[in-house]
Amino acid sequence: MTRLLDSPERFGPLPHVGADFIDAIERSGLVGRGGAGFPVATKWRAVAQRSGGRAVIVVNGAEGEPRSQKDRLLMTTRPHLVLDGAFIAARVVRARRVILYIGERHENARHAMLRALHERTEPERGLVTLAAAPARYVAGAETAAIHFLNEGIATPTTAPPLPFEQGVDRAPTLVQNVETLAHIALIARGGRPTSTLITLAGGIARPGVLEVELGTSIGDAVRQGGGVTEQPMAVLVGGYFGSWMEPAEAWNLPLDHRARLGCGVIGLLPASACPVCETAGIMRYLAAESSAQCGPCFFGLRALADACTRIADNSSDGRDLLRLNRWVDDVPGRGACRHPDGAVMFLSSALQVFGREFASHEGAHDLRRTA
Amino acid sequence: MPDTLLWYTTRGAGAVTLILLTAVVGLGILTVLRVQSPSWPRFLTTGLHRNLALMTMVFLALHIVTSVVDPFTHLGWAAALIPFSSYYRTFWLGLGVVSFELLLAIVVTSLMRGFLGHHAWRAIHWLTYAAWPVGVLHGVGTGTDTLSAWMLAITAACIAAVGVAIFVRLTSGSTDPLATARASFRTAVDRRELR
Amino acid sequence: MSPQHRLVVDRIKCDGRGLCAELLPELIRLDDWGYPIVNSESVPVHLLPLAQRAVEDCPVLAIALRRSQVKK
Repeated sequence: MTRLLDSPERFGPLPHVGADFIDAIERSGLVGRGGAGFPVATKWRAVAQRSGGRAVIVVNGAEGEPRSQKDRLLMTTRPHLVLDGAFIAARVVRARRVILYIGERHENARHAMLRALHERTEPERGLVTLAAAPARYVAGAETAAIHFLNEGIATPTTAPPLPFEQGVDRAPTLVQNVETLAHIALIARGGRPTSTLITLAGGIARPGVLEVELGTSIGDAVRQGGGVTEQPMAVLVGGYFGSWMEPAEAWNLPLDHRARLGCGVIGLLPASACPVCETAGIMRYLAAESSAQCGPCFFGLRALADACTRIADNSSDGRDLLRLNRWVDDVPGRGACRHPDGAVMFLSSALQVFGREFASHEGAHDLRRTA
Repeated sequence: MPDTLLWYTTRGAGAVTLILLTAVVGLGILTVLRVQSPSWPRFLTTGLHRNLALMTMVFLALHIVTSVVDPFTHLGWAAALIPFSSYYRTFWLGLGVVSFELLLAIVVTSLMRGFLGHHAWRAIHWLTYAAWPVGVLHGVGTGTDTLSAWMLAITAACIAAVGVAIFVRLTSGSTDPLATARASFRTAVDRRELR
Repeated sequence: MSPQHRLVVDRIKCDGRGLCAELLPELIRLDDWGYPIVNSESVPVHLLPLAQRAVEDCPVLAIALRRSQVKK
């Protein structure tokens, strides 16, 4: 069992891998750790087929999800592992460029990665350039990263063309999360990716990054994180791109990529918190993070956030829940990227798990009037 | 009589072209302003804009052809197609040729909009703001009837109409509901690659 | 097998002008903010001319008819 955070800081020289390494990745069942959970072997094959020596590797360390810390921790403590994975990818898909796309505010991570890079030799070192990912939620999305590297602006774009067809400088591009690349580095040395990194947040004794075996239940992971500080009202699985769950349901949920783990943020909402206020605050954030390219996303998320805020403030006119339910049907699938879909899925889970609280907040306005 | 017929047709077709082109420019501005009412859908604005534009070209063709084939004008086809090459009122007639060729570019690119893509089409379409005033000047400078009451009235009305339309357009600000939001997001994520 | 057509909107180009919904209310309606909600199923044959007109009339060329072969 090879673990990322326990691994040596620096292995030996890069193992020699050829095109058949993709088969080894496929056998390992590795899926991306950036949030989409896409099979890594499939992605690499698509890029390798079209590469012709021109491919570009984008090492995605943007980590735009506010509560997630795993990527920056990995870059800070195991930069060589991430670089190994990136250079292995470059060899296998025959890339001629590797771009480190690191969140502009992740200074420790950037310094660690650059220090590690300077300890490497040519020709690998010469392949690498650095780019500072803007500190916005959507900047970590694949098409946004590519658009930033091409045009200087981190806005998602419509596909086609897909990144593996045309990405940075119109070359086939492989965008891969730093944790995924770290797992690749271990696979190349005979390991198996049996672990995953999660970030525990909220009412937990030891908030922060934890490495757990795939399949560990959330309940066990929480115990490994020191246990709850206060009985949680609900568990947010997958960060702002995830869903709320009842604790009873969440405790038994195994942490693997069928659980819509996303980027691995597990948030425990204390029983003393107001779930409607929490939800409204997160919706306001997600609305403000829209890249404002598509009307349904920009106006839809803003309307949803405003309605949630009115309900949370007890200033609803009594029809906001109806509006929320209508908009939740109208908004998804009508943006160029998945941002509005994620936000709506988050809100839908809130309306389900916190139905009573939403209803009583909305009704509170009427109650005060008749009192 | 046939000679005068051609001459009257040229002048008449010229006047009608001016009126139609003015209407087309006005409708184009109404399109950008997203004008709409329960009895006036937006596809009516765009439909009229397109149909009147084509009608304008028909009358413009009539105006050009009758002026060239008229034996009394001594205009050859070259004068009609090469700007400022005529012997008769070189400058003012030349303006007409310029306006015609701008309009031709605009109409042809509009018919091929699907192939060209939106950006290229739009860049050429801006030339409307050149084609219209150049056409008006041509009419004023070349026209035999310029100083007659009816032509003065028509020209004045057309200039007033386009003037008002442009004024409304300029004072309406951005017609894109996402313009401000998109701009502020872009400034927030606009950075440079560093080594 | 017969060629089926679907309406596809480029969400970034789309500006909420609304001509498509005026021309083809059977398949397109506008949301609360003026942006089109398009029925993504195949366009019925009798509505194809109107769909074509909606594609041509869009001031920003944001809507298109895509052909897809569907086994019947």
